[in-house]
Amino acid sequence: MGGYAPYVWSTFGITLVVLVINVITAKRRLRSVREQLKLRVARDARRRSKE
Amino acid sequence: MYLPNWMHKLASPPHFFRISGWLAPWLLWPAVALIALGFYAGLVLAPADYQQGDGFRIIYVHVPSAYLSTLIYGLMAAAAAVGLIWRMKLAYAVAAAAAPIGAWFTFLALVTGAIWGKPMWGTFWEWDPRLTSELILLFLYLGFMSLRTSFEEPTKGDRAAGLLAVVGVVNLPIIHYSVIWWSSIHQGPTIKKLDAPSITWEMAWPLLTLILGFTLFFAGLLLQRVQAEVLERERNARWVTEIMRPGIEGG
Amino acid sequence: MTPRRQRLITVALILSGVGLAVGLALQAFEENLLFFYSPTQVLAGEPPDGRKFRVGGLVATDSVSREPGQLEVSFDVTDNQNTVRVFYNGVLPDLFREGQGIIANGTLEADGSFRAEEVLAKHDENYMPPEVAEMLAAQGHPDQSNKP
Repeated sequence: MGGYAPYVWSTFGITLVVLVINVITAKRRLRSVREQLKLRVARDARRRSKE
Repeated sequence: MYLPNWMHKLASPPHFFRISGWLAPWLLWPAVALIALGFYAGLVLAPADYQQGDGFRIIYVHVPSAYLSTLIYGLMAAAAAVGLIWRMKLAYAVAAAAAPIGAWFTFLALVTGAIWGKPMWGTFWEWDPRLTSELILLFLYLGFMSLRTSFEEPTKGDRAAGLLAVVGVVNLPIIHYSVIWWSSIHQGPTIKKLDAPSITWEMAWPLLTLILGFTLFFAGLLLQRVQAEVLERERNARWVTEIMRPGIEGG
Repeated sequence: MTPRRQRLITVALILSGVGLAVGLALQAFEENLLFFYSPTQVLAGEPPDGRKFRVGGLVATDSVSREPGQLEVSFDVTDNQNTVRVFYNGVLPDLFREGQGIIANGTLEADGSFRAEEVLAKHDENYMPPEVAEMLAAQGHPDQSNKP
Protein backbone atom coordinates (compact mmCIF):
# COMPACT_ATOMS: atom_id res chain seq x y z
CA MET A 1 0.00 0.00 0.00
CA GLY A 2 2.94 2.28 -0.63
CA GLY A 3 3.77 2.42 3.05
CA TYR A 4 0.40 3.81 3.99
CA ALA A 5 -0.94 0.45 5.17
CA PRO A 6 -0.73 1.10 8.93
CA TYR A 7 -2.52 4.42 8.52
CA VAL A 8 -5.34 3.05 6.36
CA TRP A 9 -5.87 -0.15 8.35
CA SER A 10 -5.80 1.60 11.71
CA THR A 11 -8.46 4.10 10.65
CA PHE A 12 -10.73 1.38 9.25
CA GLY A 13 -10.11 -0.74 12.32
CA ILE A 14 -10.92 2.05 14.78
CA THR A 15 -14.06 2.87 12.80
CA LEU A 16 -15.23 -0.73 12.84
CA VAL A 17 -14.63 -0.98 16.58
CA VAL A 18 -16.58 2.23 17.25
CA LEU A 19 -19.50 1.08 15.11
CA VAL A 20 -19.63 -2.23 16.96
CA ILE A 21 -19.41 -0.48 20.34
CA ASN A 22 -22.41 1.63 19.34
CA VAL A 23 -24.48 -1.39 18.38
CA ILE A 24 -23.65 -3.18 21.60
CA THR A 25 -24.30 -0.22 23.91
CA ALA A 26 -27.62 0.68 22.27
CA LYS A 27 -28.86 -2.90 22.55
CA ARG A 28 -27.61 -3.26 26.10
CA ARG A 29 -29.25 -0.07 27.26
CA LEU A 30 -32.62 -1.05 25.83
CA ARG A 31 -32.38 -4.50 27.38
CA SER A 32 -31.40 -3.18 30.80
CA VAL A 33 -34.23 -0.62 30.85
CA ARG A 34 -36.68 -3.34 29.83
CA GLU A 35 -35.51 -5.70 32.55
CA GLN A 36 -35.60 -3.06 35.26
CA LEU A 37 -39.13 -2.11 34.30
CA LYS A 38 -40.26 -5.74 34.19
CA LEU A 39 -38.94 -6.30 37.71
CA ARG A 40 -40.65 -3.17 38.92
CA VAL A 41 -44.00 -4.08 37.40
CA ALA A 42 -43.80 -7.61 38.81
CA ARG A 43 -42.86 -6.25 42.25
CA ASP A 44 -45.78 -3.80 42.22
CA ALA A 45 -48.15 -6.56 41.19
CA ARG A 46 -46.97 -8.78 44.04
CA ARG A 47 -47.36 -5.95 46.51
CA ARG A 48 -50.82 -5.20 45.32
CA SER A 49 -51.93 -8.82 45.52
CA LYS A 50 -50.83 -8.91 49.17
CA GLU A 51 -53.04 -5.97 50.11
CA MET B 1 -51.53 23.97 17.27
CA TYR B 2 -52.79 22.50 14.05
CA LEU B 3 -50.78 19.45 13.08
CA PRO B 4 -51.66 16.72 10.61
CA ASN B 5 -53.10 13.65 12.28
CA TRP B 6 -50.14 11.40 11.56
CA MET B 7 -47.78 13.84 13.24
CA HIS B 8 -49.90 13.87 16.37
CA LYS B 9 -49.83 10.09 16.45
CA LEU B 10 -46.09 9.97 15.88
CA ALA B 11 -45.46 12.36 18.73
CA SER B 12 -47.30 10.08 21.10
CA PRO B 13 -44.72 8.00 22.96
CA PRO B 14 -46.46 4.61 22.84
CA HIS B 15 -47.07 4.94 19.14
CA PHE B 16 -43.52 6.04 18.42
CA PHE B 17 -42.25 3.21 20.61
CA ARG B 18 -44.16 0.62 18.59
CA ILE B 19 -43.01 1.99 15.26
CA SER B 20 -39.34 2.24 16.25
CA GLY B 21 -39.50 -1.34 17.42
CA TRP B 22 -40.20 -2.83 14.05
CA LEU B 23 -38.49 -0.14 11.96
CA ALA B 24 -35.03 -0.28 13.54
CA PRO B 25 -33.89 -3.62 12.05
CA TRP B 26 -35.09 -2.48 8.62
CA LEU B 27 -32.59 0.36 8.90
CA LEU B 28 -29.76 -1.46 10.61
CA TRP B 29 -29.43 -4.50 8.35
CA PRO B 30 -29.31 -2.56 5.06
CA ALA B 31 -26.87 -0.24 6.80
CA VAL B 32 -24.55 -3.13 7.66
CA ALA B 33 -24.73 -4.36 4.05
CA LEU B 34 -23.97 -0.91 2.63
CA ILE B 35 -21.09 -0.38 5.04
CA ALA B 36 -19.60 -3.78 4.20
CA LEU B 37 -19.92 -3.04 0.49
CA GLY B 38 -18.47 0.44 0.93
CA PHE B 39 -15.50 -0.82 2.95
CA TYR B 40 -14.71 -3.44 0.34
CA ALA B 41 -15.10 -1.01 -2.55
CA GLY B 42 -13.03 1.65 -0.81
CA LEU B 43 -10.19 -0.66 0.14
CA VAL B 44 -10.06 -2.89 -2.93
CA LEU B 45 -12.08 -1.63 -5.89
CA ALA B 46 -11.31 2.08 -5.92
CA PRO B 47 -8.08 3.00 -7.74
CA ALA B 48 -5.26 4.64 -5.82
CA ASP B 49 -4.97 8.42 -5.95
CA TYR B 50 -2.41 10.05 -8.25
CA GLN B 51 -1.12 12.12 -5.37
CA GLN B 52 -1.81 10.33 -2.09
CA GLY B 53 -1.60 6.77 -3.34
CA ASP B 54 -3.45 4.30 -1.14
CA GLY B 55 -3.33 6.78 1.72
CA PHE B 56 -6.35 8.61 0.33
CA ARG B 57 -8.55 5.59 1.21
CA ILE B 58 -8.91 7.01 4.71
CA ILE B 59 -11.44 9.33 3.06
CA TYR B 60 -13.92 6.44 3.17
CA VAL B 61 -14.12 6.45 6.95
CA HIS B 62 -13.20 10.07 7.62
CA VAL B 63 -15.74 11.89 5.43
CA PRO B 64 -18.82 9.82 6.38
CA SER B 65 -17.91 10.22 10.07
CA ALA B 66 -17.44 13.98 9.73
CA TYR B 67 -20.65 14.32 7.77
CA LEU B 68 -22.61 12.37 10.36
CA SER B 69 -21.03 14.33 13.22
CA THR B 70 -22.62 17.55 11.97
CA LEU B 71 -25.84 16.01 10.66
CA ILE B 72 -26.54 14.43 14.04
CA TYR B 73 -25.80 17.67 15.85
CA GLY B 74 -28.28 19.50 13.61
CA LEU B 75 -30.91 16.87 14.37
CA MET B 76 -30.15 16.99 18.08
CA ALA B 77 -30.42 20.78 18.15
CA ALA B 78 -33.65 20.71 16.13
CA ALA B 79 -35.15 18.14 18.50
CA ALA B 80 -34.03 20.22 21.47
CA ALA B 81 -35.63 23.32 19.97
CA VAL B 82 -38.90 21.45 19.43
CA GLY B 83 -38.72 20.21 23.02
CA LEU B 84 -38.09 23.71 24.33
CA ILE B 85 -40.79 25.38 22.27
CA TRP B 86 -43.52 22.74 22.28
CA ARG B 87 -42.52 21.12 25.58
CA MET B 88 -42.69 17.80 23.74
CA LYS B 89 -41.27 14.94 25.81
CA LEU B 90 -40.53 12.81 22.77
CA ALA B 91 -38.41 15.60 21.25
CA TYR B 92 -36.25 15.72 24.39
CA ALA B 93 -35.91 11.93 24.20
CA VAL B 94 -34.68 12.14 20.62
CA ALA B 95 -32.09 14.77 21.52
CA ALA B 96 -30.87 12.71 24.47
CA ALA B 97 -30.65 9.56 22.34
CA ALA B 98 -28.77 11.26 19.48
CA ALA B 99 -26.04 12.83 21.60
CA PRO B 100 -23.79 9.83 22.38
CA ILE B 101 -23.96 8.60 18.78
CA GLY B 102 -23.01 12.04 17.49
CA ALA B 103 -20.14 12.26 19.96
CA TRP B 104 -18.74 8.95 18.72
CA PHE B 105 -18.84 10.06 15.08
CA THR B 106 -17.14 13.33 15.99
CA PHE B 107 -14.45 11.35 17.78
CA LEU B 108 -14.03 9.19 14.67
CA ALA B 109 -13.80 12.23 12.41
CA LEU B 110 -11.07 13.72 14.58
CA VAL B 111 -9.06 10.52 15.03
CA THR B 112 -9.23 9.32 11.40
CA GLY B 113 -8.44 12.87 10.32
CA ALA B 114 -5.40 13.01 12.58
CA ILE B 115 -4.09 9.67 11.30
CA TRP B 116 -4.64 10.85 7.72
CA GLY B 117 -2.93 14.17 8.39
CA LYS B 118 0.28 12.71 9.73
CA PRO B 119 1.67 11.30 6.46
CA MET B 120 -0.04 13.78 4.12
CA TRP B 121 0.27 17.09 5.88
CA GLY B 122 3.11 16.15 8.18
CA THR B 123 1.24 16.53 11.46
CA PHE B 124 -1.45 14.80 13.53
CA TRP B 125 -2.97 18.10 14.62
CA GLU B 126 -2.99 21.84 13.98
CA TRP B 127 -5.06 24.51 15.69
CA ASP B 128 -6.60 25.56 12.42
CA PRO B 129 -10.25 26.68 11.95
CA ARG B 130 -11.64 23.40 10.59
CA LEU B 131 -9.97 21.08 13.09
CA THR B 132 -10.60 23.38 16.04
CA SER B 133 -14.30 23.86 15.30
CA GLU B 134 -14.76 20.09 14.94
CA LEU B 135 -13.09 19.64 18.33
CA ILE B 136 -15.46 22.23 19.76
CA LEU B 137 -18.30 20.13 18.35
CA LEU B 138 -17.07 17.19 20.43
CA PHE B 139 -17.03 19.41 23.52
CA LEU B 140 -20.58 20.52 22.75
CA TYR B 141 -21.77 16.92 22.58
CA LEU B 142 -20.00 15.98 25.81
CA GLY B 143 -21.25 19.18 27.44
CA PHE B 144 -24.80 18.35 26.40
CA MET B 145 -24.62 14.84 27.83
CA SER B 146 -23.04 15.95 31.07
CA LEU B 147 -25.34 18.94 31.57
CA ARG B 148 -28.46 16.89 30.94
CA THR B 149 -27.68 14.38 33.67
CA SER B 150 -26.43 16.87 36.23
CA PHE B 151 -29.85 18.00 37.39
CA GLU B 152 -32.02 16.34 40.00
CA GLU B 153 -35.12 17.04 37.97
CA PRO B 154 -34.81 15.43 34.52
CA THR B 155 -36.91 18.15 32.87
CA LYS B 156 -34.53 20.83 34.08
CA GLY B 157 -31.65 18.85 32.64
CA ASP B 158 -33.45 18.45 29.32
CA ARG B 159 -34.05 22.18 29.13
CA ALA B 160 -30.57 23.28 30.12
CA ALA B 161 -28.89 20.83 27.78
CA GLY B 162 -31.41 21.70 25.08
CA LEU B 163 -30.48 25.35 25.35
CA LEU B 164 -26.81 24.47 25.04
CA ALA B 165 -27.56 22.40 21.94
CA VAL B 166 -29.47 25.26 20.30
CA VAL B 167 -26.82 27.84 21.11
CA GLY B 168 -24.10 25.55 19.77
CA VAL B 169 -25.75 25.42 16.35
CA VAL B 170 -23.73 28.48 15.40
CA ASN B 171 -20.70 26.14 15.27
CA LEU B 172 -22.11 24.22 12.31
CA PRO B 173 -21.70 26.88 9.60
CA ILE B 174 -18.31 27.66 11.11
CA ILE B 175 -17.23 24.05 10.66
CA HIS B 176 -18.51 23.92 7.12
CA TYR B 177 -17.32 27.28 5.84
CA SER B 178 -14.08 27.47 7.81
CA VAL B 179 -12.11 26.07 4.88
CA ILE B 180 -13.68 28.57 2.49
CA TRP B 181 -13.70 31.72 4.61
CA TRP B 182 -10.26 31.44 6.16
CA SER B 183 -6.88 30.09 5.24
CA SER B 184 -6.80 26.57 6.55
CA ILE B 185 -4.57 23.57 6.16
CA HIS B 186 -7.67 21.48 5.52
CA GLN B 187 -8.75 21.43 1.90
CA GLY B 188 -12.16 22.53 0.67
CA PRO B 189 -15.18 20.28 0.21
CA THR B 190 -14.89 17.53 -2.38
CA ILE B 191 -18.61 16.97 -2.72
CA LYS B 192 -20.21 20.33 -3.34
CA LYS B 193 -23.84 21.27 -3.61
CA LEU B 194 -23.67 23.32 -6.81
CA ASP B 195 -20.43 22.40 -8.55
CA ALA B 196 -19.38 19.08 -9.98
CA PRO B 197 -17.53 16.92 -7.45
CA SER B 198 -13.77 16.98 -7.80
CA ILE B 199 -13.41 13.22 -7.48
CA THR B 200 -13.76 10.59 -10.20
CA TRP B 201 -16.80 8.35 -10.14
CA GLU B 202 -14.94 5.12 -9.40
CA MET B 203 -13.57 6.74 -6.27
CA ALA B 204 -16.82 8.56 -5.45
CA TRP B 205 -19.41 5.81 -5.42
CA PRO B 206 -17.95 3.90 -2.46
CA LEU B 207 -17.92 7.21 -0.58
CA LEU B 208 -21.59 7.85 -1.31
CA THR B 209 -22.40 4.27 -0.36
CA LEU B 210 -20.71 4.70 3.00
CA ILE B 211 -22.35 8.07 3.68
CA LEU B 212 -25.73 6.42 3.07
CA GLY B 213 -24.74 3.34 5.07
CA PHE B 214 -23.56 5.40 8.05
CA THR B 215 -26.75 7.48 7.92
CA LEU B 216 -29.05 4.44 7.97
CA PHE B 217 -26.88 2.96 10.71
CA PHE B 218 -27.34 6.10 12.79
CA ALA B 219 -31.10 6.13 12.14
CA GLY B 220 -31.47 2.53 13.32
CA LEU B 221 -29.34 3.12 16.40
CA LEU B 222 -31.26 6.30 17.17
CA LEU B 223 -34.57 4.47 17.14
CA GLN B 224 -33.19 1.85 19.53
CA ARG B 225 -31.87 4.49 21.89
CA VAL B 226 -35.09 6.51 21.70
CA GLN B 227 -37.00 3.36 22.65
CA ALA B 228 -34.90 3.05 25.79
CA GLU B 229 -35.28 6.76 26.56
CA VAL B 230 -39.04 6.69 26.12
CA LEU B 231 -39.47 3.62 28.30
CA GLU B 232 -37.46 5.19 31.06
CA ARG B 233 -39.12 8.58 30.88
CA GLU B 234 -42.59 7.10 30.68
CA ARG B 235 -42.02 4.34 33.22
CA ASN B 236 -45.01 5.39 35.32
CA ALA B 237 -47.36 5.63 32.37
CA ARG B 238 -50.05 3.07 31.98
CA TRP B 239 -49.04 1.97 28.51
CA VAL B 240 -45.59 1.06 29.80
CA THR B 241 -46.81 -1.00 32.74
CA GLU B 242 -49.20 -2.72 30.36
CA ILE B 243 -46.51 -3.96 28.01
CA MET B 244 -44.11 -4.80 30.85
CA ARG B 245 -46.50 -7.24 32.45
CA PRO B 246 -45.00 -10.72 32.58
CA GLY B 247 -46.12 -12.90 29.74
CA ILE B 248 -46.92 -9.99 27.44
CA GLU B 249 -45.18 -10.28 24.06
CA GLY B 250 -43.06 -7.34 23.05
CA GLY B 251 -42.54 -6.34 26.64
CA MET C 1 -49.29 35.75 23.79
CA THR C 2 -49.34 32.04 24.50
CA PRO C 3 -46.50 30.62 26.63
CA ARG C 4 -45.44 28.48 23.70
CA ARG C 5 -45.16 31.40 21.36
CA GLN C 6 -43.12 33.15 24.00
CA ARG C 7 -40.74 30.19 24.19
CA LEU C 8 -40.47 30.14 20.40
CA ILE C 9 -39.50 33.78 20.36
CA THR C 10 -37.03 33.25 23.20
CA VAL C 11 -35.25 30.45 21.39
CA ALA C 12 -35.18 32.46 18.16
CA LEU C 13 -33.81 35.49 19.99
CA ILE C 14 -31.11 33.47 21.74
CA LEU C 15 -30.08 31.89 18.46
CA SER C 16 -29.87 35.17 16.58
CA GLY C 17 -28.19 36.86 19.51
CA VAL C 18 -25.47 34.26 19.70
CA GLY C 19 -25.12 34.20 15.91
CA LEU C 20 -24.69 37.95 15.84
CA ALA C 21 -22.19 37.94 18.69
CA VAL C 22 -20.11 35.22 17.08
CA GLY C 23 -20.27 36.94 13.70
CA LEU C 24 -19.03 40.19 15.17
CA ALA C 25 -16.33 38.44 17.15
CA LEU C 26 -15.12 36.64 14.05
CA GLN C 27 -14.99 39.89 12.12
CA ALA C 28 -12.97 41.50 14.88
CA PHE C 29 -10.53 38.63 15.05
CA GLU C 30 -10.37 38.21 11.29
CA GLU C 31 -6.67 38.60 11.07
CA ASN C 32 -5.96 36.35 14.04
CA LEU C 33 -7.94 33.61 12.37
CA LEU C 34 -5.62 33.67 9.42
CA PHE C 35 -3.97 30.32 9.65
CA PHE C 36 -1.20 31.40 7.32
CA TYR C 37 0.00 34.50 5.47
CA SER C 38 0.73 34.53 1.75
CA PRO C 39 4.19 35.62 0.51
CA THR C 40 2.61 38.87 -0.70
CA GLN C 41 1.30 39.54 2.80
CA VAL C 42 4.68 38.70 4.30
CA LEU C 43 6.46 41.17 2.02
CA ALA C 44 3.83 43.78 2.85
CA GLY C 45 4.83 43.41 6.48
CA GLU C 46 1.45 42.11 7.66
CA PRO C 47 2.64 39.39 10.07
CA PRO C 48 3.36 40.78 13.56
CA ASP C 49 7.03 41.49 14.27
CA GLY C 50 9.23 39.12 16.18
CA ARG C 51 6.62 36.42 16.55
CA LYS C 52 6.34 33.02 14.95
CA PHE C 53 3.86 32.85 12.10
CA ARG C 54 2.97 30.69 9.17
CA VAL C 55 3.56 31.42 5.51
CA GLY C 56 1.68 29.41 2.91
CA GLY C 57 2.04 29.08 -0.84
CA LEU C 58 3.38 26.91 -3.61
CA VAL C 59 6.88 25.49 -3.85
CA ALA C 60 8.32 27.41 -6.78
CA THR C 61 9.69 25.32 -9.64
CA ASP C 62 13.47 24.82 -9.77
CA SER C 63 13.83 26.45 -6.39
CA VAL C 64 14.54 23.47 -4.16
CA SER C 65 18.16 23.26 -3.10
CA ARG C 66 19.81 20.84 -0.73
CA GLU C 67 23.40 19.85 -0.01
CA PRO C 68 23.77 16.12 -0.68
CA GLY C 69 23.69 14.18 2.56
CA GLN C 70 22.31 17.13 4.50
CA LEU C 71 18.88 17.50 6.04
CA GLU C 72 19.01 21.28 5.55
CA VAL C 73 16.93 22.31 2.56
CA SER C 74 15.87 25.63 1.10
CA PHE C 75 13.20 26.53 -1.41
CA ASP C 76 11.05 29.42 -2.58
CA VAL C 77 7.44 29.66 -1.54
CA THR C 78 5.31 31.71 -3.92
CA ASP C 79 1.75 32.88 -4.45
CA ASN C 80 2.53 33.54 -8.11
CA GLN C 81 3.00 37.20 -7.29
CA ASN C 82 5.67 37.29 -4.64
CA THR C 83 8.23 34.90 -3.24
CA VAL C 84 9.80 34.16 0.12
CA ARG C 85 12.86 31.96 0.49
CA VAL C 86 12.42 29.31 3.18
CA PHE C 87 15.22 27.53 5.04
CA TYR C 88 14.39 24.33 6.88
CA ASN C 89 16.32 21.69 8.76
CA GLY C 90 14.03 18.72 9.25
CA VAL C 91 11.95 16.02 7.69
CA LEU C 92 9.69 17.09 4.83
CA PRO C 93 6.19 15.61 4.44
CA ASP C 94 5.51 12.95 1.78
CA LEU C 95 3.64 15.31 -0.49
CA PHE C 96 6.42 17.91 -0.61
CA ARG C 97 7.50 18.64 -4.18
CA GLU C 98 7.72 21.47 -6.65
CA GLY C 99 4.33 22.96 -7.37
CA GLN C 100 2.86 21.57 -4.14
CA GLY C 101 1.14 23.76 -1.60
CA ILE C 102 3.02 24.06 1.67
CA ILE C 103 2.65 25.86 4.97
CA ALA C 104 5.84 26.76 6.85
CA ASN C 105 5.81 27.72 10.52
CA GLY C 106 8.68 29.83 11.73
CA THR C 107 10.16 33.32 11.91
CA LEU C 108 11.25 35.96 9.44
CA GLU C 109 14.96 36.66 9.51
CA ALA C 110 16.51 40.10 9.21
CA ASP C 111 17.54 39.43 5.61
CA GLY C 112 13.98 38.67 4.58
CA SER C 113 14.37 34.91 4.46
CA PHE C 114 12.12 32.63 6.47
CA ARG C 115 13.58 30.15 8.98
CA ALA C 116 11.02 27.38 9.28
CA GLU C 117 10.65 25.08 12.28
CA GLU C 118 7.93 23.06 10.64
CA VAL C 119 6.91 22.52 7.03
CA LEU C 120 3.52 21.03 6.28
CA ALA C 121 2.12 20.05 2.93
CA LYS C 122 -1.33 21.07 1.87
CA HIS C 123 -3.33 19.31 -0.78
CA ASP C 124 -6.58 20.21 -2.47
CA GLU C 125 -9.84 18.38 -2.70
CA ASN C 126 -9.24 16.68 -6.04
CA TYR C 127 -8.97 12.91 -6.14
CA MET C 128 -8.27 10.92 -9.28
CA PRO C 129 -6.29 7.89 -10.46
CA PRO C 130 -2.84 8.48 -12.03
CA GLU C 131 -4.11 7.89 -15.59
CA VAL C 132 -6.65 10.69 -15.29
CA ALA C 133 -4.03 13.01 -13.82
CA GLU C 134 -1.67 12.26 -16.71
CA MET C 135 -4.46 12.88 -19.19
CA LEU C 136 -5.23 16.24 -17.63
CA ALA C 137 -1.57 17.21 -17.62
CA ALA C 138 -1.24 16.20 -21.31
CA GLN C 139 -4.26 18.32 -22.18
CA GLY C 140 -2.45 21.29 -20.73
CA HIS C 141 -4.13 21.36 -17.34
CA PRO C 142 -1.37 21.89 -14.78
CA ASP C 143 -1.16 19.74 -11.66
CA GLN C 144 -4.22 20.87 -9.74
CA SER C 145 -2.98 19.67 -6.40
CA ASN C 146 -1.39 22.82 -5.21
CA LYS C 147 -3.81 25.70 -4.60
CA PRO C 148 -3.15 26.71 -1.02
